Amino acid sequence: MNCILELKNVGFVYGRGTPFEKRAVDNVNLTINEGELIGVIGHTGSGKSTLMQMLNGLIRPSDGQVLLGGKDIWAEPKKIREVRFRVGMVFQYPEYQLFEETVYKDICFGPQNRGLSGKELDEAVRKAADFTGLKPELLEKSPFDLSGGEKRRAAIAGVIAMNPEVLVLDEPTAGLDPMGREVLLSQIVRYHKERHNTVLLVSHTMEDVARVADRVLVMNRGRLSMFAPTKEVFSHADELEKSGLKVPQITKIMQDLRRQGFDVPEGVLTVDEAFEVLAPILKKEGKLW
Amino acid sequence: MVRDVSFGQYFPGKSLIHRLDPRAKLLIFIAYIVIIFCTFNFAALAVTTAFTALFLVLSKIPFKFYFKSLKVVIFIVIFTSLLNLFYGSGEALWQWWIFRITWEGIQRAIFVTVRIICLMLASSCLTFTTSPTELTDALERLMRPLKVIHFPVHEIAMMMSLALRFVPTLLEETDKIMQAQKARGADMESGNLVKRVKALIPILIPLFVSAFRRAYDVATAMECRCYRGGAGRTRMKQIHMGPRDVSALVVTALVIAGVILCNIFVTGVF
Repeated sequence: MNCILELKNVGFVYGRGTPFEKRAVDNVNLTINEGELIGVIGHTGSGKSTLMQMLNGLIRPSDGQVLLGGKDIWAEPKKIREVRFRVGMVFQYPEYQLFEETVYKDICFGPQNRGLSGKELDEAVRKAADFTGLKPELLEKSPFDLSGGEKRRAAIAGVIAMNPEVLVLDEPTAGLDPMGREVLLSQIVRYHKERHNTVLLVSHTMEDVARVADRVLVMNRGRLSMFAPTKEVFSHADELEKSGLKVPQITKIMQDLRRQGFDVPEGVLTVDEAFEVLAPILKKEGKLW
Repeated sequence: MVRDVSFGQYFPGKSLIHRLDPRAKLLIFIAYIVIIFCTFNFAALAVTTAFTALFLVLSKIPFKFYFKSLKVVIFIVIFTSLLNLFYGSGEALWQWWIFRITWEGIQRAIFVTVRIICLMLASSCLTFTTSPTELTDALERLMRPLKVIHFPVHEIAMMMSLALRFVPTLLEETDKIMQAQKARGADMESGNLVKRVKALIPILIPLFVSAFRRAYDVATAMECRCYRGGAGRTRMKQIHMGPRDVSALVVTALVIAGVILCNIFVTGVF
């Protein structure tokens, strides 16, 4: 597998030299491979947002290097915009960045900055809108007339339309209703599968991360506390709790069952998976027909 | 980044200046502005400069923050001192083409430079050591006599404290929106003036939208807590004038007297 992003001893300090000095990220080393879907979890203030903003050069690390495709992104600070097109970033509550007269024009903003025009641009916009499930008739509306969920989709489409190699989503489902979360999440997965892009998903919902991520990155107090395949991370319930996090409920239930002596595997992440495991046991005991 | 501006920021602390009653500080500040523009000779200027140095040291704020705040006015200082330098009348000390430097010009330049710098340092000192809440509280109390002529003192103070309260919030918001638009490839650092102004649109529109949203939210929140203006309102933090504040006012009065005496008795230019 090709490594696309690499962080070497990356650290960041806010307000260096003032009474408000705060170390947000401390000595992080990691590599991310092309085509992976990475879940990023961590307590509020653990430094995950800062870390994400360093990936596309919005924040310049105080220490260390960020390598994109093997090249230090800060080697030529004047060309940092190129990096931002290659690593797309969707912020928390991205709906507040909409500004154009129509949704279509707003989605155009990113790809236009990248230099797309004419048919190419139109295609990029319509594809992005389709990926996020934005109905074509909404494209001609003003972004301020959309509902909250639709605004969110429009904003995400605005980033996807730039066709980035890496897509970073900072809590894309925050504040949406359960149905909206579900749909948006599956659309992200679909996008990932169809484009074979690298996706980083920051989330507070362990169930979401457990369901979709290949690997999970855990941040705690500015440090990288774990970075391993999803099953492995969620079998370390104690360690996660130390970071102020929890494993998904179903994982917790299965772990408790295991402790009670039932023969179930560790690191069960979804309800479906749990059903597969539990059904034979219940059948054997004659409690399920 | 916008947050780098240190002018107007409050640095919590426990120095003598921090602990002064905000009303005393405000009064001293107003008196100070008056005397700085009433210095007519070098002796008087020296007295006010020494006074400035005194409260800068007492504030215990690292000097580099004062220097940072001076950066904002450096252009004005250079510009006005140059203007004054070349527009003095009297005997020319040095002349080239239309440029004429006179002794009077030099003096004027020195005065204007020192005055602006002192003014900037003093206002930085006030905002560094006084929280916005204290400041508006002090204003409200000092303006209270104006109620007699039906001047809406409380409303003005409330508006001021709300405005001040939202300065950091809006700065943070601006920062966030800028980051988001930069992530979409917005280019704010290059191009000519027209291009740069146009580049502000993607930032200003979301900013206005969210400012209005916030205003509605705050209004609703205030109404939910039964806010109905200033009548009969008590405050959580009472401000008291103590011996410390009185002595600070006395020191200021002495400095004013000193400046006036210098102006009268030290004979010299101006």
